[in-house]
Amino acid sequence: MSEMHGVREVLVAHRAELCARYPDILIAGWGRRAPLLACGVGAIGLYVAGLVALGISPAVITSGLGRLIDIAGLMLPPDPQSWSRFLLYLGALGQTLAIASLGTLLAAILGIPFGFLAARNVVANRLVHFLSRRSLDTLRSVDTLIWALIWINVVGLGPFAGALAIMSSDIGAFGKLMSEAIEAADRRPVDGVLSAGGGRLHAIRFGLVPQVLPVFASQILYFFESNTRSATIIGIVGAGGIGLQLSEQIRVLEWQQVSFLILMILVTVAALDWISQRLRSAMIGHHQPS
Amino acid sequence: MTRLVSMPPAAQLAPLLTAYNQAAAAKRRQLVIGLALVAIALAISAVGAEVRPVTLWNKIGNFTSYFDRLLKLDSGMRVWTDPQEWFWGLARWSRLLGETALIAYIATLTGAFAAFICAAPASRNLMRYAPVRFTVRRVLEFCRSVPDIVFAMIFVAAFGLGALPGVLAMTLHTSGALGKLFTEVLENIDMRPVEGIAATGGSWLAQVRFAVTPQVLSNLVSYTLLRFEVNVRGATVIGFVGAGGIGQDLITAIRKFYYSDVSAMLLMIIGTVMVIDMLSGGLRHRLLAMETAS
Repeated sequence: MSEMHGVREVLVAHRAELCARYPDILIAGWGRRAPLLACGVGAIGLYVAGLVALGISPAVITSGLGRLIDIAGLMLPPDPQSWSRFLLYLGALGQTLAIASLGTLLAAILGIPFGFLAARNVVANRLVHFLSRRSLDTLRSVDTLIWALIWINVVGLGPFAGALAIMSSDIGAFGKLMSEAIEAADRRPVDGVLSAGGGRLHAIRFGLVPQVLPVFASQILYFFESNTRSATIIGIVGAGGIGLQLSEQIRVLEWQQVSFLILMILVTVAALDWISQRLRSAMIGHHQPS
Repeated sequence: MTRLVSMPPAAQLAPLLTAYNQAAAAKRRQLVIGLALVAIALAISAVGAEVRPVTLWNKIGNFTSYFDRLLKLDSGMRVWTDPQEWFWGLARWSRLLGETALIAYIATLTGAFAAFICAAPASRNLMRYAPVRFTVRRVLEFCRSVPDIVFAMIFVAAFGLGALPGVLAMTLHTSGALGKLFTEVLENIDMRPVEGIAATGGSWLAQVRFAVTPQVLSNLVSYTLLRFEVNVRGATVIGFVGAGGIGQDLITAIRKFYYSDVSAMLLMIIGTVMVIDMLSGGLRHRLLAMETAS
């Protein structure tokens, strides 16, 4: 039957009319496309120019790739070679965890007041707000490894410098996240405390703190998780932990030990991920039965 | 005066009060136990991290004097009295910072591309064959669990000093980190547009182009931009192990106590990171606005 057209046939048959009626949707205008196209071309152009500027060419990559495959072969199987070494690595791993937890706790203790200071609904002063935000940003934009180098100059080589470095770089991130959590808090409990005759401090203690505490706790756990990763590499510059062993073994090209150390790091990080995920969901689920 | 709220008699009130007190005490006990656990953990980690409060107290002066020295030139003058002397290496450091940003840029773009390719076979709704999904996911997990600087150290051994090992290391780490996020995005798409395109006779390519891409593109771009910000920070230190960028000069200056150079480079790094954060943040907000408008 000639009336039994498919949708597609009908649309194709009336194409010209449809295009005339809805030019904005159906005809791709250069006005809309040109900026996108320019962005794409610019991005790819920068990419190619960057490859040239950094001297990266397929020849260099393939020649290095051969060596990389050799190294990967030498890494197998992962092997600490002796029990005493294994125990040494285990101790270094424990030190890494200690650095991460100490750094996280110190950062939390110091970052929480900053968070309150930088939150718009606690401190109404524009200048204080602006200054605390900017200083938090400055702390945040210096990498942990740079902080580690600075602290090594103060307290000497060792894990303590690592913990202080993690603290320094995390205060910024903590403060920022905390202030955002505080600003997102519900205003009504605060109003309730104030209208019942409570003072400003009461309002913070009984109106704000119970709301943001579970968020803080889960943030602290999350940071502990990510700090464990940072703490594994902080030893590269001499600030303690398993990174020290790792960089030493890479320097002397003991590839089997290198792969064993990497394996230890992977297992630890995975285990911590799992534990903290469970803890976090327990905490959030417990405190916010919405 | 009449009482608006009627008070229950004391006999009724007493059990309520004791119950309230008990509940409050239980909560307080819980808090004390929690704090004690945290304190114990803190003590153990303090021993493990060889915390020496006395040393810190004695040497905290070093910290302030270190920053004091950072702001002094070799001649003993304050740095801002002679900006030309302070930033004597401006041309070289700018070039190195440019290299740092380029390393981050190339690694982010390549990593995002690899992540996009890996995300489809790793997501549950687009890949029905479980072993493939499992393998791709484990590979991505490995890539994001190994820190980029560890990859960089290994690659420096294979490729030699220079920017290439840095780029490769960050690419690997980025593809792992973004691969996970992209997979989540792809798994959460609305499948009805895909079915709609399929129902009107569109090919698989048309389905991806007109049904999947419009849903995920802004999300993917915004994740990639966020990762770019992270990578710029990471690229500043990847030179510590000889993998290109400003890190090599920075670590030399810190180790050899070229104080004014350290402060100049740090200032340039902080400035660059902030500018890039601002640009990319602005771009992300515009992307978000565009998405909500359409």
